[in-house]
Amino acid sequence: MVSNLPVPVADTGDTELILRQVLQDVLGLSLERAAELDAESGLFGHLPELDSMAVAGLLTELEDRLDIIIEDDDVDGEMLETFGGLLAFLAAKRSDS
Amino acid sequence: MLTAGAWHSPFGGPTRLVSAGDPVGASARLLILPAVFDEGHKLRRLTVNVMRMLVDSGIASFMFDPAGLMESAHPLGDTTLEDWRDEAEAAAKGLSATHILAIRGGALIARERANLVHYAPLQGKSLLRAMLRARIIANKEAGTPSTQEELLARGRSEGLRLAGYALSAAMVSQLEGATHPQAARTIAQSELGGAALWLRAEASYEAEQARQLARLVAEWAS
Repeated sequence: MVSNLPVPVADTGDTELILRQVLQDVLGLSLERAAELDAESGLFGHLPELDSMAVAGLLTELEDRLDIIIEDDDVDGEMLETFGGLLAFLAAKRSDS
Repeated sequence: MLTAGAWHSPFGGPTRLVSAGDPVGASARLLILPAVFDEGHKLRRLTVNVMRMLVDSGIASFMFDPAGLMESAHPLGDTTLEDWRDEAEAAAKGLSATHILAIRGGALIARERANLVHYAPLQGKSLLRAMLRARIIANKEAGTPSTQEELLARGRSEGLRLAGYALSAAMVSQLEGATHPQAARTIAQSELGGAALWLRAEASYEAEQARQLARLVAEWAS
């Protein structure tokens, strides 16, 4: 269940940092390129190298580092489409747990 | 010096054997159980470069392609995890290995022994989970959603194609319950000082990680 309540800034800050690190690792980005990702940056469906196997690895790594469980039902193209969308999903997931 | 030769697996028949260094006079003869499926490709370059670097420490090493993977001629759909374990045992004996390095999923085909080292091992369930998740995401995008339970139930009875690999029913069942044995030493990814290469969307390589892994393995084996 994804909450619509505002997420505390401190929590999002930590989540955002971890998400940037994981994307940096998965996509092989430099620190600078990873820092340039903004809410509108396209992910799944925009980056050809980010295929379903890479996304599976990405989600598993996020689960480990954020200590959350991502259900298969939660995963769809929309949630994975942009950096902002994925971040909002993760922040909500963390505040739920 | 790296050489690619052939090894006749008692189970899977002819397959490729990559060797580095002269086993005669080597301080250790290391059998490498490679990462499997998709991760095997992503870690290939790291693995062979570790083999090259180990020669400088007086360690000769060998790595075979498990039945149904890479250049093995055997059909993967007729292969089980137990078959891979038998192959690994036969290779350890046939090549007179003094030490064994298991990489990621390779840990699942190792048997418990005093001369075993793991690099970032994972359990069968986690390996299967990642491949199932990829299939679930791909199915959803294709408009034919499926659940993990459905896929697993089908996989256990008739086998399952995951991430392009046709797994036999026995392989699915055995992977689901497979746990890796205890090793004398487990090298964690954090000891290599870089991001895990198996996570990369596109296969990549970092020489520093290879140097670290070779150094840690050499330290342990000598």
